[in-house]
Amino acid sequence: MTETALALPKRSASSLPWVVVVLAVLAALAALPLVGSSYAINLVIEVLIFAIFAMSLDLLLGYTGLISFGHAAFFGVGAYAAIILATQLGLGIWASLAAGVGLAAAAAAVIGYCCVRLGGVSFIMLTLAFSQLLFAVALKWRAVTGGSDGTGGLGRPSVLGWSLTDPASFYYLILAFFVVSYVVLRRLIAAPLGHVFVGIRENEARMQAIGYRTRRFKLLAFVIAGAFAGLSGGLYAMFNGFISPESMYWTASGDVLIMVILGGAGTLTGPAIGAAIFLLMKNFVSTRTDHWMLIIGIVFICCVMFFRQGVYGTACSLLQRRRTKR
Amino acid sequence: MSVLRITDLTRSFGSLVVTSRVNLSVEQGERHVIIGPNGAGKTSLVNQIGGQLKPSAGGIFLGEEEITGLPPAEICRRGIARTFQRNNLFRELSVLENVRLAAQPRRGGALNFTVPASRFAAVTEAALHALALVGLCSVADQTVRNLSYGEQRQLEIAIALASEPRLLLLDEPTSGMAPAETARMIALIAGLPRSLAILMIEHDMQVVFSLADRITVLYYGEVLATGMPEEIAANARVRDVYLGTRH
Repeated sequence: MTETALALPKRSASSLPWVVVVLAVLAALAALPLVGSSYAINLVIEVLIFAIFAMSLDLLLGYTGLISFGHAAFFGVGAYAAIILATQLGLGIWASLAAGVGLAAAAAAVIGYCCVRLGGVSFIMLTLAFSQLLFAVALKWRAVTGGSDGTGGLGRPSVLGWSLTDPASFYYLILAFFVVSYVVLRRLIAAPLGHVFVGIRENEARMQAIGYRTRRFKLLAFVIAGAFAGLSGGLYAMFNGFISPESMYWTASGDVLIMVILGGAGTLTGPAIGAAIFLLMKNFVSTRTDHWMLIIGIVFICCVMFFRQGVYGTACSLLQRRRTKR
Repeated sequence: MSVLRITDLTRSFGSLVVTSRVNLSVEQGERHVIIGPNGAGKTSLVNQIGGQLKPSAGGIFLGEEEITGLPPAEICRRGIARTFQRNNLFRELSVLENVRLAAQPRRGGALNFTVPASRFAAVTEAALHALALVGLCSVADQTVRNLSYGEQRQLEIAIALASEPRLLLLDEPTSGMAPAETARMIALIAGLPRSLAILMIEHDMQVVFSLADRITVLYYGEVLATGMPEEIAANARVRDVYLGTRH
């Protein structure tokens, strides 16, 4: 099965090699803790968490055609809610994570309700404004959020009495969350609801003319994306043990946009790859130079100028072209 | 009872009146064609019926029900489907997917997020039926942007048909077409089931007179004449409008 940036995923006769690729990637990911250092394991954990975050944004950006510049807000709500509910209200870790997802979805419902009435640049600016509002809350509501110092203490959960505090077991937990998120989003996109989202991206006016109340569908996409962003935020809070307002600052929303576009908007695998490239560059380049954002910036500019479909999208088109030539 | 009844419909942009106290009806199974010179307000009228443009005053009734000023999605759900003068398609999706999307609101499942869309057989069947009506089954798997212009015009109609409307609005279905394509389009529209009422804007007089049961002539937003094709052809005022007048 191939994905391209523009067309809907379609089952093709040549889907067997893709099954092999998917199994190989899964096997490699599953084997990592056996061979990797704890540094590598932690790095991949972070990649997987941000991959969920980037895939959630892509549901808006790549599939529904909504450019949200405030997606970090829901990551932040998920993370803060999980920590605050666990440490200040004494909720269990799992319950806090679930509540964080619920609160992120609720925040997305309220913010989305206002934003989906607008299109184009107004939509972008309003999502940005709302996310800065939530950033300000995280910064100023010191008694609860710890202000600019941030807050922490969520800890890591256990499953059926088996503690997941060591890097390897925690890694498998995050890997499971990533795989489940990927599969759920993938199914959603192949289902009628996903097709409606793509229809809105392609031609919203026509969707209205054939009987879709598009505003409701856009709000639904916004809420689903917010929920998955909240999940990634909650997992990040578990992983990092700590969250600070910077995680929901507008630059964080910019980072995840870069991940999606770098990897390839309109595919699910693309944003995951984008998250990996972004975080690997951040980790490796930043150890050699302070100007790592400059490098990321140049890579991003090249990507937008020459590889509009992103790394994964471009690779897919190349493969497809080769296949049709044969 | 009329399928569509329009009473004293008026729309103005500031001092410009594009639709001026228009009265019009479309009967069961009728092919009703609107003609008029450029700027007569034909597309504005269709946009008001389809919900793309809100009327300033007057009423639009589908059967007994008033639909004046409802949003496009609501109007479509009540049984009016339309095509557009300029192709208004999902260009990057397949032909079948274009029509499937249109069939989905009536056949259900639009909110399903776990089962692949291809498993909704009733939707696919309705889509294939609409494609068969316009003769596009053979290109169902193609991406729309790879279709010829004429095929894209046919797809416009298939999408509208997939909504299973009571009234079909066609906004210049033959615009921009070569003569051979136009002839095929006439045959296509003539072959649509008579259970469907059609209100159509058209410029090409060959098309108008080969399809119309009744013709309404619009001129500067007003109804100049309504009648059988032969009455319109003989109408002195209509000829003045089309051939130029002395004043």
